[in-house]
Amino acid sequence: MTVQFKPAETFRDTFTYKKSPEDLLRFPFPFPEDSYMYSVNIEPHVRGGPTAAFQAQFDVDEHYIAECKERARILAEDPKRCQVLPHMMTAEWDSLEMIMENLAADYPEHFTLSKDGDAWTWVNRPLGIQQSFIFGKAETLPCGPFEYITRQAQGDFTLQDQREDNLFVDGGMVTSQADWSLEFDIGMSFQEWHGPVPLAHEKGVFDRALKYLLRLQYGQPVRRLNWTMTVNPRLDTSPENYPVWGPDKASVTPENVAEKVHLRVELQTLYRLPRSNAILFGIRCYLTSVADIAKVPKWRRRLHRVLRDLHPDIAAYKGIPRYQQMVVDYLAPLDDGSATSPGIAPDMEKIEA
Amino acid sequence: MTAAQPFNVRVREIVELAPSLKRFSFEPVHGGVFPTPPAGGHVLLTLRDGARVMKNAYSLVSPPSERSRYDIIVRLVAQSRGGSSHLHRKVAPGDVLEMANPVSLFPLISTAKKHLLIGGGIGITPMLSFLPELKARGARFELHQLATLEEVPVFERLLAPYAAGEEIRVHGGGRAAFDLAGLLARQPLGTHVYVCGPHSLMEAVASTAAALGWPKTKVHKESFGGDITGLPFRAVLRKSGIEVEVGESQSLLEAIEAAGVEAPCLCRGGACGQCATPLVEGEAEHRDDFLSAEEKAAGTLIMTCVSRARGPRIVIDL
Repeated sequence: MTVQFKPAETFRDTFTYKKSPEDLLRFPFPFPEDSYMYSVNIEPHVRGGPTAAFQAQFDVDEHYIAECKERARILAEDPKRCQVLPHMMTAEWDSLEMIMENLAADYPEHFTLSKDGDAWTWVNRPLGIQQSFIFGKAETLPCGPFEYITRQAQGDFTLQDQREDNLFVDGGMVTSQADWSLEFDIGMSFQEWHGPVPLAHEKGVFDRALKYLLRLQYGQPVRRLNWTMTVNPRLDTSPENYPVWGPDKASVTPENVAEKVHLRVELQTLYRLPRSNAILFGIRCYLTSVADIAKVPKWRRRLHRVLRDLHPDIAAYKGIPRYQQMVVDYLAPLDDGSATSPGIAPDMEKIEA
Repeated sequence: MTAAQPFNVRVREIVELAPSLKRFSFEPVHGGVFPTPPAGGHVLLTLRDGARVMKNAYSLVSPPSERSRYDIIVRLVAQSRGGSSHLHRKVAPGDVLEMANPVSLFPLISTAKKHLLIGGGIGITPMLSFLPELKARGARFELHQLATLEEVPVFERLLAPYAAGEEIRVHGGGRAAFDLAGLLARQPLGTHVYVCGPHSLMEAVASTAAALGWPKTKVHKESFGGDITGLPFRAVLRKSGIEVEVGESQSLLEAIEAAGVEAPCLCRGGACGQCATPLVEGEAEHRDDFLSAEEKAAGTLIMTCVSRARGPRIVIDL
């Protein structure tokens, strides 16, 4: 089914972002069981999965055009949201190749990549782009190759260089982040940039995850889901802009909680890149309001149980204590106490509009 | 992580470079192109000779821009364990073989100020993979290839496409005439050295660099099907409930596979860590580059692809 793009929707000020019923059912709901704790929840990123969000390597949905426009606007306001250290140029070209080839293979109706040796032509029909360039010659593109292609993809991306048995975040395109800053983190090692996460260090999660990622193989990408909550469907919840979005938390009331509060899910994907041996890390953000979650019986029961029983340190780290109880109170009467099936699938085919 | 599903490739061309060296070109059986070959990457070929199954790793020597074919160079070794001999003597153009997705365990370091490449013999193959990538990056590099006198012209021809304006030298005068210490001593700060070849050459580079004060993190070795031979022993596979005899010229992993037991593996050269298997009883003779000195001393894991038993019998949890 061809997706209907909604180019005019907004992720700030007027917040006209809305999910169609089809878009709601493809949401990668993040809880496979009725409780939540940190784990190394990594699995192979193969096409196909519990919802349609897993059908492509780089997912394109009805918000594609609007999200690319929002990214362009954020970059115009703050160009430092995209930075790549000079030694990552090979990884930039690797990323461009990886994303272009996968978009063209997964969405031939939207994207076409043609090659004549190093002379490549890229066509992006939703954004109305046709670009000819020489692969490996950055001056033949309007901006750096990593910035060029990530301006045309949904979700944030970072580039991890691998050396000295560690990973360093040496580049990124970060405009839809859950309160972390590329400007602050760039160049940091794996342990440094995960420093603020509570509990997981003690459980050895990061040591095991690092060892696993150092062995990540080319051609065998992996994925995991992460989550938090955001007030209003706002993509740009950056530390740089905290004065803009921080006060939103105080605007939640029992009357507006279901429309205001959104479950924010990151479909995180990790790709080993061929020439550079760097890792491309995709952080694809999905926003779904509590009111929309409530339309899916399994999801509303489970979200209620997870939030009700969440470890207070995790709730504090995710910044949700101010309105957590209001969400629980809203969902409690919608949880009939019946059992939920394992896994994240919505267990329903259709939602009435 | 499990190894990706293998795919079928057709032998497109076999070129004899020298009496003991052949270049094999493969193309995808079902058309299309191969994945971009990783710098320093290798592929695993599954070779079947009757009931015997051999899996050998070979460096990819074709450049990343060339994706309609993958090239490897195979040397026929006197005491071949079978794979190289099979390729040289039995495989012909048009044959279809099983290949696993390419993997790189020998990457170039992006922050290096200069790359010093040292190859010995057939250890030239990952260097041939590095050269187009270093050229594409405009990186500063220097290559020294050790060769027998007969190999000198062969290797010079292989290196010729990259040689213009570069410091590339083939040394045919033997190891004694090769001034390794002088070469390492005159490198500028920030140089990374990459070595592939016989075990003794790789050890010589590592120890000479260490003696000159090079940081360990700037010395990179490709383990290239290191010596896996040794005294025969018996391995008890506890979970599978069987015992296998591991012959003198066979690896533990090969003996396990010959018994029909699926065992995890990837590089088959003691580098990737995929085949780490709990060691329940007996002592291991560790030959891998993956386990730390502490892990080796603890004696609770064995890398089945290269390591052997020290003694007549071990019990592993497989």
